[in-house]
Amino acid sequence: MAGHSHFSPANVEEHFEFTSEGKKRVIYAFIAGVVALVLGIYLLSKGEAGGHEVANAGHDAVKAGHEAAAEHLSGGAVSHQPATEEHYDWTNRIWANVWLNAVFFTGIAIIGMFFVSLQYLTKSGWSSVMKRVPEAFPKFLYITLPILLLVFFFKGDAIFHWMHHGVTEVGNENYDKIIAGKSGYLNKTFFLARLVGFFALWIGLWTVLRKKSLEEDLIGGTDLFTQMVRISTAFIVVFGASSSMFAWDWVMSIDTHWFSTMFGWYMFSSWHVTGLAVITLTILLLKDKGYMAYVNENHLHDLGKLMFAFSIFWTYVWFEQFLLIYYANMPEEIIYFLERWEGHNKIYKTSEILMVFLNFFFPFLVLMTRDAKRTRIFLKIAAFLIIVGHYIDFYQMIMPGVLGGHAGYGLVEFGMVTVFASAFIYIISDELTKASLIAKNHPFLPEAVHHDI
Amino acid sequence: MSSTTNYILGVYDDEDEVLHAVSEVKSKGIKIEDVFTPFPIHGLDRAVGHERTRLPIAAFMFGVLGLTCALALISYTMVFDWPMIIGGKDFFALPNWIPVTFEGTVLFTAFGLVTTFCISNNLYPGNQPDLLDLRITDDKFVMAINVDKNKKVSADDIKKALKDSGAIEVNVK
Repeated sequence: MAGHSHFSPANVEEHFEFTSEGKKRVIYAFIAGVVALVLGIYLLSKGEAGGHEVANAGHDAVKAGHEAAAEHLSGGAVSHQPATEEHYDWTNRIWANVWLNAVFFTGIAIIGMFFVSLQYLTKSGWSSVMKRVPEAFPKFLYITLPILLLVFFFKGDAIFHWMHHGVTEVGNENYDKIIAGKSGYLNKTFFLARLVGFFALWIGLWTVLRKKSLEEDLIGGTDLFTQMVRISTAFIVVFGASSSMFAWDWVMSIDTHWFSTMFGWYMFSSWHVTGLAVITLTILLLKDKGYMAYVNENHLHDLGKLMFAFSIFWTYVWFEQFLLIYYANMPEEIIYFLERWEGHNKIYKTSEILMVFLNFFFPFLVLMTRDAKRTRIFLKIAAFLIIVGHYIDFYQMIMPGVLGGHAGYGLVEFGMVTVFASAFIYIISDELTKASLIAKNHPFLPEAVHHDI
Repeated sequence: MSSTTNYILGVYDDEDEVLHAVSEVKSKGIKIEDVFTPFPIHGLDRAVGHERTRLPIAAFMFGVLGLTCALALISYTMVFDWPMIIGGKDFFALPNWIPVTFEGTVLFTAFGLVTTFCISNNLYPGNQPDLLDLRITDDKFVMAINVDKNKKVSADDIKKALKDSGAIEVNVK
């Protein structure tokens, strides 16, 4: 600590350089992802894609039996998307993957903004030394918004049951009374208004916050800080409403008949802990390259604590949602978990177990001790596995409703996530170059530099 | 602190000074017994060289004990002693038990931890605090040096070292 006692903002400026070698590596990863994706799509079109599809043919009878049982259990009232079962289109798997990754990475991007806003709202000092990292994340919203819109416009009916033709039209053969009852909320116009409206607010508030933040580097003072606190307050209010609504819209409405009042929290907690893991991992990788010299093990300890705590929070919300449904044992609710546990020829069971292990037991046991939270390699492994675990969490949320028994982990999944991840790394690295990695005129910076726990 | 040991006390009136004094005194080969302050000072425990507390280990043990007790109680009452069907579930319906098990774990951890802390710090009802200097509860910082544990350095040298490091007074107790 002695070296930091004469802290002066003038000499802390630190500029991240996105080297051409680094760029090349990210682009190679992107190309590898595209190649895997194309190969995966080709195999899929031949009907030979990896995963569980090959085994499916032989087990159709068993599956049919399971579905009949589920149908019987639910009194026939909540048949789950029979249309996708009957006229299955193999391209659906591609669109489901695009949607899954777009939702997942939108979450990571906006959690960057949420994290910064929370720090301003609570006037936290410790995080000011690294706030430029999460502050760069929302840039990726510019990529995911058009992707979400594109999938919604062109392939919405492949993903959302409520967008199927004629489900709300009385007399139509597809007419579905339950969905028709929800059409006041679940209709294309309102859905689109929410999507575009909230995205505009997110991006708008982020742009203003980012502008003020960069301005602060030049002029300093506390006026800009106060203004940023106000913007953050506005964002937290917007995010409180929008994160819940997007959980209903983007994910819960896939299983249109089913609903859970905990779903907004559930998806938010998944997003949040993933975002924290990505922030931690980014900071650790930057430190490996010699940047962020002022971020020491005390700050990493705090990030580790957040990952630990919010892994438990996720478990709490996930389990509570399950427990209420398990206890009440209502057919129309419990079918959601039956599908993920023993339905669809049990293809989701392994993922479900793996997910709970990666998202709860692993971070809980590994990040429990103080020493682990202060050791970079432990943090790195934990952060990476949390990200993987929550990808699987989103897979479990989205795939059973969209693809039923046709999902699996194959080249398409691997390729798609590689494409999105490398695009994310490229965009964020590029955004990081645009400002000093340390907000040198942040009023709490001296406090953060002397952070000691 | 028992009254039979000999202590040399350096009294300081600034927290930065006492923090620097710790390393200065230590550099002269003097072992510091403890530093008493009215409020926590960041980095002081590291500077004195205290071992990290083992309370987290106790907390974990109490947590495991609580988990075991809760599971044992529920399984004895709900499965063995008086089996009951609730909500059409098995007798051994683990998901139903999680909330109570969680509460049991937290309860045992909290109570066990506080009790351990109090016992290890001699905090119990009726205990008279044995303060080396009453002013450590107000605005002074006191560095205590156990003479018996510093055989190699003479008492006068210790006093001098304390004075040199900025102590406003040096007492013997």
